[in-house]
Order: sequence, then structure tokens, then C-alpha cells
Amino acid sequence: MSGHWFDGVSPRAAKLLTLLCVALVLFPLIASDYLITVLILILYFAYVGQAWNLMMGFAGQLSLGHALYVGLGAYAAAALYVHFGVSPWIGLWAAMAIAAVAGGVIGFLALRFGVAGVYFAILTIAFAEFARLAFDHWPWVGGSAGFFLPVANYASNDLINLRGSPTMFYYLLLAMTAAAFVSCHALLRSRAGYYWLAIRESPEAAQALGVDLFRYKMYVVVLSAAMTSLGGVIFAFYYNNLFPEQVFHISRSIELILAPIIGGIGTLFGPIIGAFLLTTLAEGLGELMRLLGIDVPGVKQVFYGLCLLVVVMFLPDGVWPPLARRLKLEQQRSQGLAER
Amino acid sequence: MAALLNIKGLSKSFSGLKAVQEVSFEVPAGEIVGLIGPNGAGKTTCFNLIAGVYRPDAGEIHLAGSRIDGWRPDQICRAGIGRTFQLVKPFAGLTVMENVIVGALNQVGSVRAAQGISEHLIEQLGLAGKRHAAAGSLTLPDRKRLEVARALATAPRMLLLDEVMAGLRPTETDRMVALFRDLNASLGLTILMIEHVMRAVMALSRRIIVLHHGQVIAAGAPDEVTRNPAVLECYLGEEAL
Repeated sequence: MSGHWFDGVSPRAAKLLTLLCVALVLFPLIASDYLITVLILILYFAYVGQAWNLMMGFAGQLSLGHALYVGLGAYAAAALYVHFGVSPWIGLWAAMAIAAVAGGVIGFLALRFGVAGVYFAILTIAFAEFARLAFDHWPWVGGSAGFFLPVANYASNDLINLRGSPTMFYYLLLAMTAAAFVSCHALLRSRAGYYWLAIRESPEAAQALGVDLFRYKMYVVVLSAAMTSLGGVIFAFYYNNLFPEQVFHISRSIELILAPIIGGIGTLFGPIIGAFLLTTLAEGLGELMRLLGIDVPGVKQVFYGLCLLVVVMFLPDGVWPPLARRLKLEQQRSQGLAER
Repeated sequence: MAALLNIKGLSKSFSGLKAVQEVSFEVPAGEIVGLIGPNGAGKTTCFNLIAGVYRPDAGEIHLAGSRIDGWRPDQICRAGIGRTFQLVKPFAGLTVMENVIVGALNQVGSVRAAQGISEHLIEQLGLAGKRHAAAGSLTLPDRKRLEVARALATAPRMLLLDEVMAGLRPTETDRMVALFRDLNASLGLTILMIEHVMRAVMALSRRIIVLHHGQVIAAGAPDEVTRNPAVLECYLGEEAL
């Protein structure tokens, strides 16, 4: 089985990956509560980053409105739980379905009317903004005053209703990030994966080789939307409060795409590496500021900006591709699936 | 033999410029037909009409009896027409192998089967040593070969070749000619080729169609066409005699 999973991954990379997984599983045994919350943030960004990467990194479709799917997923599962007592394990299917439909509508409109490239990106922003305004004025989910879940009792973990300690959420997100990695790895090696890469590289050539552009672009938009919404479900049950101004805000959409950009767009490890780097550095900076007694609002945003600047200037492919070469993690190929 | 491709009264204008006017011709099944003419004669426009990139203003295109004008390029590919691009369009970030696999997935569903087909084609086109090189790193002649490998990988009944010999050395041209002759003989592959390299056109085509200003000015056997005064004047030049 493992031979199949690591298909196209060098033995060295497979060994390191296994080691990393073991370390992450054992981590909560030694880590402080604070470190767990940082790791939760990292895994969250790695997961949603992977979902966004599927669309942009593999199929070349730029979305700047992924907060829409996070928000829809979060509100769907939370509303079902609060109003009807529906377990999030059932609610997540509704979340995925709603996000998939939203993605499908946006994808359909864009493809039907030939909205592509940056204009497509603007369309995704517009829909996220529509949702923000709509949820702001929707009393059933609290409107702009916010929507609240009954606060969790940390003493006991209720996995059925996702009420419990950060450690529970840590393991959930770890499982989700691992599952996302494995699924994306498998997708890349499927027919759809090859077609997405072809569309990213040259839509005209892909079409001439029999690729139905509409169909395969729709697949990736819907899949990415559904996958992202699961991140939203966790977001809702972990934070226990949702405000449209925060959840659907464009800064959320931007925050979500930083990890894959810095880690390496179109690579499987990129979102994970990027999330680790960004979150640990940003948290470290925050700690440092606290120690020095400096309180400047917006330091994190400036820091994100600087990180992007450095990556764009010196590592245009992101951190992962040169790192993989340095660590000799790729197989002896100049480029290709193994490096992703 | 029955015509595999049948084109009737095909016309296409681009904002007033009549790129292709009232073009009619047939490509019989199993034949190799050359499409020649000076630059700007409408050859590539003709190809793009057949391949579904443009919708014709008038006229009909039939492939083996079914009308295909107005279909999308991917539908036309699935119907059995493979094409190469004059200005090559490799999937630059993918390897040579991955490029060909995308084409092969048109005929088989499984990636593993597509790999087998691609391996064979890469061998045939002399790209075996570069199978794991990024397509973007290839030289122009290799990119042309990759275009052909990718188009062949879709398992076409008919191949549209748009200047695949351009930039090849004479020995390479001969190898490519031999390959097409072999594919034509063994698989009965029908080929319509736009080509300026007369050495290749004369060696391969059983029939040649000459376009000029978007119109067919001559059609027939190669030696017939090359002696046609109108063709000599507009394209081949007097010295070709």
C-alpha cells in the first residue's frame, strides 16, 4: 500500500515525510497549550491552502475569494448545529454541497460568459463580498452581530458534536491536512490531474488534444470549493463565533493564499511549508514584540507583505522547489510530477 | 475511395479581410494531401476552421459523413482529427512524457495505459532521451516532434500537420517523412499537411491543393500542380521549373 501512496516520491522524501507525520502525531504530548494553538493555525492554513492550490496551482484558475467557501461551510454547519442540533459530521455534507453549488455557479457564469484570468479573480472577490453583505443582514444567523456556538467544555471531548479541547481540533486538522495531501497527490496522477496541468500550461493545446475545458474547469472549481468549506466547518467549531465582517472579508481570502504562494504554487508540499514558515514567523514576531513591550497594530500584515516581497524577488517558484533540490528529495528528473 | 474529409464552400473573414473564400476540397481516406501556398494564403485559417478553433462564416465541413463545423476543438479531436500548431504550444512546465500522456488520455481512460502509448510514441519520434526533460527546455525541432507525438497520441483517423518540417535539418526531414509514410501505410492514417519544405511535400503527397488569397487556385497530382503556371507565378517561382 505505502508503495502505491509514495508513487513518484523519492525514498528519501518518503522517509522524511513519515518522520514528519510521526512527529506531528506525538507533538501534543510534549507541547504547551500555546504551541498547540499555533500548530492548529498552521494546519488550518496548510489545509485550505492545499484546497486553493488545487484550483490555482494545478489548473491555473486564480481565485481571490476563497473566504466565500470557508464562510459558507462555517455558517452552514454552525447553523445546522445551533438551530437543529445536527452533528457537524452531518452538517459538513451540507457545507460541502452549498460551497460546491456556489463554486459551480461562479464557475458556470465565468465559463459561460468567457470571464477568464484576472477578471475571473475579480468575479470571485465579488461573490465573497456579496456573501459578506448578505450574511451581515441575515438575522437567522445573527447578522452583523455575529453567530455563536455554545462554548465548548474543554474537560471532555465530544467528537460527535466537535465540542472539546484544542488537542482534539489539532488531531482533526492533522488528519484533514494529511488526507488533503494524499488526495491531491492521487488527483495529480489521475486523468483529471493531467488535464488540469494541461489547461494551466496551454488551454488551446489542451483543447486540441480532446480536453473539454468547461468540464474540467468546473470539476476543479467545485472540488476546491467543497474542500475549502471543510476548513470552514472546523473554523466555526473551533472559534465558536462567526462574524461576516471577519469570515468573508477579502483579507481572509488573501491570508489563505499566502501559504501556497510562499511555499510554492502547484506543489503538494508548498502549502504545508508555506503555512509553517508564515505562521511560526508571524507568531514569533508577535512574541518578540510583546517581550520588547512594543505595541504596533498591523505588524503581522506588514510582515506578511515583506515575506511576499522576499519570495517574489528571490524565490519566484516559492520556497519548496529550491528546498527540494537542496535536500535531494526529488527523483532524478529535471521537472515534473515528482517535484510537485 | 470515399472522402474522409469533405469541405464545401468554406469562407471566413476577419474584420473585412477575407482569409478563406469559398474553399472546397476533399481528402480521401488513407491519403496524404499537401496544402501549399504563399504566406497569408489562408492555410492556417483553413486548419483552424477544420479543427474548430474558428466557426466558419459559410460552408460545411464533413468528417466521414458527419457535419463537424461549429463543433468545439475537443469534440473534433474526439471525432478523430489530431492537429499540430504552427506556433508550437508545448505544456512548457510538464515533461515530454507528461505532454504526450495528455494526448494519449484521449484514447484510453487510465494513466497507466496512456503511459505505455506515450512511451512508444516518444521512441518513434526520437525523443526517448528527453522523456523527463521539461518541454519548455526543448529546442524548436524537438518541440515540433513533440507536437506530432502529442497529436498522434490522441489516436486520430486524420492528422492535420501545420509546418512540422520547418526548422528541421534535411536528414531530420527525411526521418519525419519516413515516419509519416510508415504511419500512413501501416495504420492507414490520413494526413493533411501544410508545408513549405517542398522536399517533404513532394515526397509524401499524392495530391496537392494550392491556396492563394484565400482561394483554391490549383489542385491535383504533385507534378501536375508544380507545372501549373498560376502556381509557379504566385508561389514556387519560375526557377522551380
